[in-house]
Amino acid sequence: MSPEDRQLLRLIEQDCRQTPEELALQTGLTVEYVKGRIRQWEEDKVIVQYRPLLNWERTGEEKVAAIIEVRVLPQRGFGFDKIAKRIQKFPEVKTVYLMSGAYDLALLIEGKTMQEVALFVAEKLAPLEHVQSTATHFVLRRYKADGVELLGDEETPQRLVVSP
Amino acid sequence: MRNYLSPVVANLPPSGIRKFFDLVSTMKNVISLGVGEPDFVTPWTVRESGIFSLEQGQTMYTSNAGLLELRQELARHLEAKYGLRYNPHNEILITVGASEAVDLVMRALVSQGDTVLVPDPAYVSYGPCALLAGGNVTYVPTRASEDFRLRLADLEAVYTPDAKVLVLAYPNNPTGAIMTRDDLLPIAKFVEEHDLLVMSDEIYSDLTYSGSHTSFASLPGMRDRTLLVSGFSKSYAMTGWRVGYVAGHPDLILGLTRIHQYTILCASITAQMAAIEALRSAEEAKQEMVAAYDRRRRLMVHGFRQMGLECFEPLGAFYVFPDVSRTGLTSEEFAEQLLQEEKVAVVPGTAFGPSGEGHIRCSYAYSTEQLQEALVRIGRFVRKRL
Repeated sequence: MSPEDRQLLRLIEQDCRQTPEELALQTGLTVEYVKGRIRQWEEDKVIVQYRPLLNWERTGEEKVAAIIEVRVLPQRGFGFDKIAKRIQKFPEVKTVYLMSGAYDLALLIEGKTMQEVALFVAEKLAPLEHVQSTATHFVLRRYKADGVELLGDEETPQRLVVSP
Repeated sequence: MRNYLSPVVANLPPSGIRKFFDLVSTMKNVISLGVGEPDFVTPWTVRESGIFSLEQGQTMYTSNAGLLELRQELARHLEAKYGLRYNPHNEILITVGASEAVDLVMRALVSQGDTVLVPDPAYVSYGPCALLAGGNVTYVPTRASEDFRLRLADLEAVYTPDAKVLVLAYPNNPTGAIMTRDDLLPIAKFVEEHDLLVMSDEIYSDLTYSGSHTSFASLPGMRDRTLLVSGFSKSYAMTGWRVGYVAGHPDLILGLTRIHQYTILCASITAQMAAIEALRSAEEAKQEMVAAYDRRRRLMVHGFRQMGLECFEPLGAFYVFPDVSRTGLTSEEFAEQLLQEEKVAVVPGTAFGPSGEGHIRCSYAYSTEQLQEALVRIGRFVRKRL
């Protein structure tokens, strides 16, 4: 990947609302080139989706999240893929990772209440064939997500209005 | 009160920036493009090492020259970047910002009757520091039609035999001009012919957007004629830490150190510890900041040209220096009326010397959103006058 493309992709990652014209202006690339690259990245699923990073806590909406450690038995010929693909189909499951270490899959689950999440684990997840055990950790607070600090005072440097 | 001030101080012209700052301070909701410092906070790893050094109880004086570890790190850095070799033991001095280094150079080199050649426009402190040292100042004009590069013909036109020191300050504040190796070579020849010393303030060297920066000291024969002044403020967003340095021939550095040991003693140890970390591990953070400035630079140049103003492409620092003379206003009128009408603060070019007339300095060390809003307002202001 060329440095220009890397910079372009990073800019889109930081703020995908910028138009190809704005991106071209800042990077010194042509509008046609920027449009072409974006189209290609969309086709190649490098750019998977465009969506905002939300902080639901600020809306006052009830929402809970949990990280669930899952130990599973790998299946002959499929490893962990088959069970992972089955688990990821549940809409409550937002993220699925295969992990090294003491457990196999890490899931990020979202629901409206703790009870809803607990029921999902007890009724849907734990009884699945090949799932050996689960451990549920509720998220108490999100400090930083996807590289963005969500809480606390923003770092706004207090600069003088005019300086040499 | 009777005037107790020394005549030199009493006659020192007040900084054009200060006057404007006082005006802006009285107003609310101003978008300011007047700031000469990064909008980024010092990279976390650098801040953290400063904090850690305090936790470790590193609260003492350092040697006058600064922590040897920092000087060694700087020597490595300068060699890797420019192929310049400085002995960390006697050829590098750590100062309280590059500003102190400028003052030391002037005081150590200049005496009554010596003339200092200063490009115009340039950062505000070179002239006054030379005057405080008892010297005279001759300004060498530069102009937009030549991308504000210092030209041999202009140097020759103002040269007098009492000239002793030439100031170079590229990338330049306020114009954003750079000097390439080819631009600098004739200047080096001139320096040699007239037996001058050069103070090269390269504080913005890392903020070069076309090719790589050429240090004046790296030109043939120039190492021992040059005092290379730089610092951490602009490259690593460390303005408030106040840590800079000067490198050069040991005899000159010894002279500078003599003043420094009586007046300053040493730069803050916390800042020096943080500076070591900056050199060791903040390269990537620096590159990201540089890339961000570069994007905003393009945005600003484009914005001013769209308005119908001439704006030469600055290839360094974080300023654009558009020509606003088409509006029929002087620099100062433009800046004052823009502030009153559209609440945008820019600095009149004349704050940096007479050759700045007709121009304004706009810093782009601001977020893209702020810059876009400022461009909208300035555009509205300019349209009414074209």
